[in-house]
Amino acid sequence: MDLDINQYIDVFVEEAREHLQNMNDVLLELEKNSSNLELVNEIFRVAHTIKGMSGTMGFNNMANLTHEMENVLQAARSNEISINEEVVDILFECFDALDSSVNSIIEGGKESQDSNDSLIEKLWKILNKDQSNKLDGKSRSESCKLNEYTEEIIYKASMEGLNAFEIDIKLSETCMLKSARAFIIFNTLESFGEIIYSNPSVEDIEDEKFKLEFSVILITQLEKDMVFKELNQISEIESITIDHLEKGKVAAAVTAEENVEIKLESTESSNEENHKTEKNIQNRSGKVGKTVRVDIDRLDNLMNLVSELIIIKTRMDDLSGSNNGENMSEAIEYLERITTNLHDAVMKVRMVPIERVFNRFPRMVRDLAKELDKEIDLQMSGEETEVDRTVIDEIGDPLIHLIRNSIDHGIEIPSERLEHGKPEQGTVVLKSYPDGNNVVIEVEDDGKGIDYNKVKKKAIQKGIVTEREADTLSNEEIIRLLFAPGFSTSDKISDISGRGVGLDVVKSKIESINGTIEVESEPYKGTKFIIRIPLTLAIIQALLVKLDEEIFAIPLSSINEITNVDSSNIRDIQGQEIVLYRGKTLPIIRLNEILGTKPRDDNEELIVVIVRKGDKQAGLIVDNLLGQQEIVIKSLGKYLSGVKYLSGATILGNGNISLILDINSLI
Amino acid sequence: MHSEIDNKYVIFKLNKEYYGVPINQVISIERMQKFTRIPNGPHYVKGVINLRGEVIPIIDLRDKLNMEIKEVDNNSRIIIVSNEDIVAGLIVDSSSEVLEISRENVDKPPNTAENDYMEYIYGIGKSDEKLIILLDLSRILEY
Repeated sequence: MDLDINQYIDVFVEEAREHLQNMNDVLLELEKNSSNLELVNEIFRVAHTIKGMSGTMGFNNMANLTHEMENVLQAARSNEISINEEVVDILFECFDALDSSVNSIIEGGKESQDSNDSLIEKLWKILNKDQSNKLDGKSRSESCKLNEYTEEIIYKASMEGLNAFEIDIKLSETCMLKSARAFIIFNTLESFGEIIYSNPSVEDIEDEKFKLEFSVILITQLEKDMVFKELNQISEIESITIDHLEKGKVAAAVTAEENVEIKLESTESSNEENHKTEKNIQNRSGKVGKTVRVDIDRLDNLMNLVSELIIIKTRMDDLSGSNNGENMSEAIEYLERITTNLHDAVMKVRMVPIERVFNRFPRMVRDLAKELDKEIDLQMSGEETEVDRTVIDEIGDPLIHLIRNSIDHGIEIPSERLEHGKPEQGTVVLKSYPDGNNVVIEVEDDGKGIDYNKVKKKAIQKGIVTEREADTLSNEEIIRLLFAPGFSTSDKISDISGRGVGLDVVKSKIESINGTIEVESEPYKGTKFIIRIPLTLAIIQALLVKLDEEIFAIPLSSINEITNVDSSNIRDIQGQEIVLYRGKTLPIIRLNEILGTKPRDDNEELIVVIVRKGDKQAGLIVDNLLGQQEIVIKSLGKYLSGVKYLSGATILGNGNISLILDINSLI
Repeated sequence: MHSEIDNKYVIFKLNKEYYGVPINQVISIERMQKFTRIPNGPHYVKGVINLRGEVIPIIDLRDKLNMEIKEVDNNSRIIIVSNEDIVAGLIVDSSSEVLEISRENVDKPPNTAENDYMEYIYGIGKSDEKLIILLDLSRILEY
C-alpha cells in the first residue's frame, strides 16, 4: 500500500465536520419532531456519506459505526421501528463517538481506537437483533446461495470441461481501500474466466458495502491450484478458500477434503507494510492544518484584482522612464484603489460565518438543560455574520463559558420561575451582528440576574475586596468583580461551571483578540453579556511612536488618549512613578527603560500615551509621536515567541520593520 | 539522488575556521542589511530583518558560539537557514562555497567538552586538506 492518504486528510476532516454538523442539526430537529421521516432520511444520507468517506480513508471504526447507524435509520425509514427519545439519545452518542474520532484524526492523523462495541450493541438492541451472532463481526459470510440460473451455468460449464469454483476471500483487517482491493481481485479472476455470481453483489462491493469477506463463483479452464497461486500474489488478503463446484450441486455441502484453506504467507509482510503506513500517518506534523472554504466568486474577485495589479505594474514601468508627474500620480491613485480592494478581497477570503461557532451550542444547551432539569429555549440570530478565521478559533471557549453560566447560574429552576411569574421555559438568546469594524456577540438570558449582594459577599469572602470597600461599590463596580481572578458565585460546585475557571479567563481571552466584554443585568429580569471583537486580527490601526531612533507600534484599540505631562508632576511612590491625571493616579511606564533605548534629554513636557488593559490604565512615556497608521501584523516567529513586551512586528512603508508593543504584558 | 543532496554543505568562515551547514537547510545567503533591534531578546539575536515580506530573526553566530564578537564588514553574510518550522539568519564572517562531504569523511566531534560550543556541533568533516566543523542547526535554533 503505497497510496498516500495523508494528503486527503485535510479534505476529509473538513468534510466530515461539515457532515457531522449537519447530522447534529438534524438530530436536534428530530428530537423535537420525531415523526418526521424527512429528517430520518437526511440523517441516513449523512451517515451514509460519512461511512463512504471514512471507509475510503481506512477509518474502519467510523465506517462500522455509521454502517450500524444506517441499519437503525433504515429500519426507521421503513417504519419497522419508531424514533423515540432513547433512539435519539443513542444516535447522539453515536454522533459524539464520530465527533471524537474526527478530533483524534485532527490531532494525530488517526481515528480513535475505540471500536464502539457498546454503542453498536445498543444500536442492535434497537433492532432487537441477536447480538451474540454478529458481535464478533467475524462470522463467515454465508455460503453462496445459488439460484437456478447459476446452477444451470455451472452445469453447462462442467459439460464443456470447464471448472466452477466458489471462492471465498477475506481481506486483511488493515486493508485501506477495500473496494479497490476487491476490484483488483475481480480483475484478476476475470482474466482467468468468467465470474457468474458474487455475494455481496458487485455493486455493493464497489460501494464498500461489505465487511471483509466476499465470495464469487468463477467459471474457468484453469485448475484450482493455478487460481489459488494467482490470487495469492495479491496483497492484503487474509485468507482464500476455493471450493470446486460440481454439476450444479450446491457447494455449501462440499466436503472438507476439497477445502483448501491456507493462511497466506503474504499476510505478514502486508501487515508490516501497513504498520509502516500507520507510522507515516503518525509522523505527519501532528496536527491537521487549518483550512478555509472559500466561495469561488471571492477567489475570482481576487484573481481579477491581481491581474489589475499586473497591469498597473507595467504601466508604472513605462512611466518610470519618462518624467511625467501627472501620469505618475494618476497611476499611483489607481494602484491605491487596487490595493484597497485587494485588501478587502483577501479579508473576505479569510472570513467565515460565525455559524461555525454557534452551531455547536444547540446540542450543548440541550444536554445542559437535561442535566440540570431546566427547560431552555435557545434562540440564535445573526449566524451569518462573518468574522476572521482566527477569531472563530478563539471565540468558541469564552462563548461556551458564558452560555453555561447563563444556564447554570442565570436561569432558575422551573418552579422558581413560576413563582416569579415567568414562563417555565427559560430563554437564552445568542445574537451576533456587525457594528462598524467590530462584530458584536450578545449572550442574554431571562434568568434571575446578578445578585449584587451575593457578589459582594463572595468577593469579601475571597479577599478580593475588603468589607469597607464593598460598601462603597457601585453596581458597575460590583459587576467588574465578577471578572476578578478566582471568582465564582455558584453555591454548589457543579460540573457545568465553577471549576475554577472564571469569567476572568473569558475576559482575558477576549482581550487577547483585542475584544471587550460588558455586562448588563437587571434583578429577576436577566443578564446580558456583550462581546465586541474586531473583524480581523491581521490588520489593525496603530499609533507609531518613536523612542530614540527606533519606531514602535501601539495598537490603537488599547490607547485611551494621548496627553502631555509636566515632568515635575511625576511622583515617585515606592519605586513606582505615578502622576495625578483627571483626579486619578496613573502609573507611569518609561518605555525607554523597558526597551533599552537612550533616554531623551531631559525635557519638561513629556508625551504620555495612556493605554488600558481592562480597567487598568498606565501612561507610557514616548519620545515622539509619528502618527496613526493601518499596519499588517506579522508574527515574530517561534524563535522569538518568548520575548517580553512584544506581540509581533510590522513592515513599514520603507521596508523597515517596526515592533508592535504588547500592552497587556506592559501593564 | 538523495544522498547527493544530503552530503552537500554550504561552507562559511568564522574566526579562521571553516564551518558547514547542510545545503537542504539553507534557504538563501544575504548581504548584511539593516536590523530592527529586539529589546529584551537573547543577547545573540542581533535583531530582525525584512526578508521579502517575512520577519526573520538574525543570530550572531560568533556570539551564539561564545566567540569573540567582530564588527561586520563587507565580507559578512547572513545565511538564512531553516530547521523544522523555524527560519532564522546566521551572521558569518564570509561564505565561500558548497562542498560535498561523504558520510565516511565525517567524524564525530571530539568528546573533550572543554568548550561550550561542542554541543552545537554534530561532526567534523574532511574535504581535501580542510577540516570543516558541521553545525547542528536543531541545537542552534533551539529557543
